[in-house]
Amino acid sequence: MNKNITLAAVFCATLFTVGCASRGAKSLPPPPSDADTGAGISTSSTSGAGIGDGSIIATPTTTNNTGALDLSANKVYFDYDSAEIDTAGQGVISNYGRFLAGSAGTKVRLEGHTDERGSAEYNIALGERRAQTVARELKALGAVDSQLSIISYGKERPAVPGSSEAAYAKNRRVEITQP
Amino acid sequence: MSFSADKFLLRPLTALFGLFCVMQAHAQLVIDVEGGDVGATPIAIVPFATPADVSFDVAQIVEADLVRSGLFRAISRTDMLEKPSEPARIDYRNWRAVGMENLVIGSLSRTARGVAVRFFLMDATRGAQLLGFDMPAVGPEQLRVVSHQIADLIYEKLTGNKGYFNTQIAYVTASGFGPGRRFELVVADADGYNPRTIATSKEPLMSPAWSPDGKKLAYVGYERGRSSIYVHTLASGDLKKVVSEKGINGAPAWTPDGGKLVVTLSFEVNPDLYLVDLASGTRRRLTDHYGIDTEATVSPDGLQVAFTSDRGGSPQVYVVSINGGEPRRVTFQGRQNLRPRYSPDGKSLLVVNSEGGRYTIAVVDLRSGSVRSLTDGPLDESPSFAPNGTVVIYATAGRGNPELATVTTDGRVRQRLRQPGEVREPAWGPASH
Repeated sequence: MNKNITLAAVFCATLFTVGCASRGAKSLPPPPSDADTGAGISTSSTSGAGIGDGSIIATPTTTNNTGALDLSANKVYFDYDSAEIDTAGQGVISNYGRFLAGSAGTKVRLEGHTDERGSAEYNIALGERRAQTVARELKALGAVDSQLSIISYGKERPAVPGSSEAAYAKNRRVEITQP
Repeated sequence: MSFSADKFLLRPLTALFGLFCVMQAHAQLVIDVEGGDVGATPIAIVPFATPADVSFDVAQIVEADLVRSGLFRAISRTDMLEKPSEPARIDYRNWRAVGMENLVIGSLSRTARGVAVRFFLMDATRGAQLLGFDMPAVGPEQLRVVSHQIADLIYEKLTGNKGYFNTQIAYVTASGFGPGRRFELVVADADGYNPRTIATSKEPLMSPAWSPDGKKLAYVGYERGRSSIYVHTLASGDLKKVVSEKGINGAPAWTPDGGKLVVTLSFEVNPDLYLVDLASGTRRRLTDHYGIDTEATVSPDGLQVAFTSDRGGSPQVYVVSINGGEPRRVTFQGRQNLRPRYSPDGKSLLVVNSEGGRYTIAVVDLRSGSVRSLTDGPLDESPSFAPNGTVVIYATAGRGNPELATVTTDGRVRQRLRQPGEVREPAWGPASH
């Protein structure tokens, strides 16, 4: 199975933090957008909220790296108030779906985002719907539930500032990141 | 005609000052007022007689509060022909001459327990007293609170509605992009002063909701890639995690008794509303639909829940019984209607109304179904009523950073509350108890 998976070694490097970061760091999936090392919420009058356990670290799998599953494109974009995946998004999902199918130990996080229009909590729901759509497509390609986690940030973490249609198009997205 | 001071009714006022010992936020909201002079009642608020060692302008705060309501127009101090501080000194001809119907005068004095404020509201036309109060002595740092209480008393006497100046607002600020993004939850006086950051996070802080007694805030926070609903006790800073399921934990809304929250959870596949009992932790599902159900608001009588749902295609507002059952749609005008909030009398809903790509704040009359826009957009959201229902605070975006604004429910007077960075999700706290 693994010989079909000609994944970019750089993705493994990031996931497992084993070193080859010097190889084309630009094409890496970015780290999760939150600071998981942080203390969550800190309040003014208490010593911060309780912290759960650390995040799950995937176990490295053996892969050979002869081919080119391009995992550098890790964002799936959407239309306004829509969770439908277009052709470009299908390409991203296809690469990641095949990669995950061949790397049972690898986990990814699907972060759903929206543009700034509309109410905050409705956008949280819309972001989750987008991430769920991507998850469904990844599973259709062989990924399994245990490899996927979903979080929606709604419009709280835009990729691009501004209120132009160009900015909105970049912000309506699902990012496939490290968990 | 003259009155002697001892004939004037002076009532002591017991006051509860809900001040919290928390850190000062760095940036304060700056207020710009637009419109409002037409139809406003003229009022003169004379500078209060103040001891030389007290540097605080009570009259200026009272005036700013009353003018911001849109219902009053204040005469400039330079146009005042006299500046009396006790009723016996008033020459009413000086006030009738400049068309003043109402006159506020007062004085501050040092006492063993701090600074005491005495004030009178006079009917300048009849030369009669409408109000006279001795406010309890306070430390100088609480004179701003006393000033808001005075504005509340005057407002209520002249309009018949409760004042809302001695209230608090909560809002969220965000700054930065990517991993450097920071969120703060801030509580401030209703006029933007005295901002205190009560929570900070590198992850989103969302949807602050005041408990009915004003002592707690429910809100959404994220930790380690998971959202949770918290209840934060303001006086102690105690933070309790109330719900943290897989998926969405969002949009908390208090029931009027303060004992339960209606929340949005998606752990059973897609977002539905649940009623959570805070004491026992038990919960009951209120809606069950494959569409999105979120953004609940509980009616003042506690019997109904209005919420956003896209079960009909586009997001619209529906109402369901607090016991569950079949929701009924209540918004029909506009491509989208989102994030309802019940008015204090329960007869209308504030919503975000979207039409032609523009998002505005609108009032939906629940009996007639009529929709009335209060704002122009382009991206207005998160409306929240002042406790007396006459003013709405909301966030406005689409032209640079989102900022807060208020509008009177007749749409006549607007204010912008400016601050650096993104300011969102305002929630107006309840009247002080």
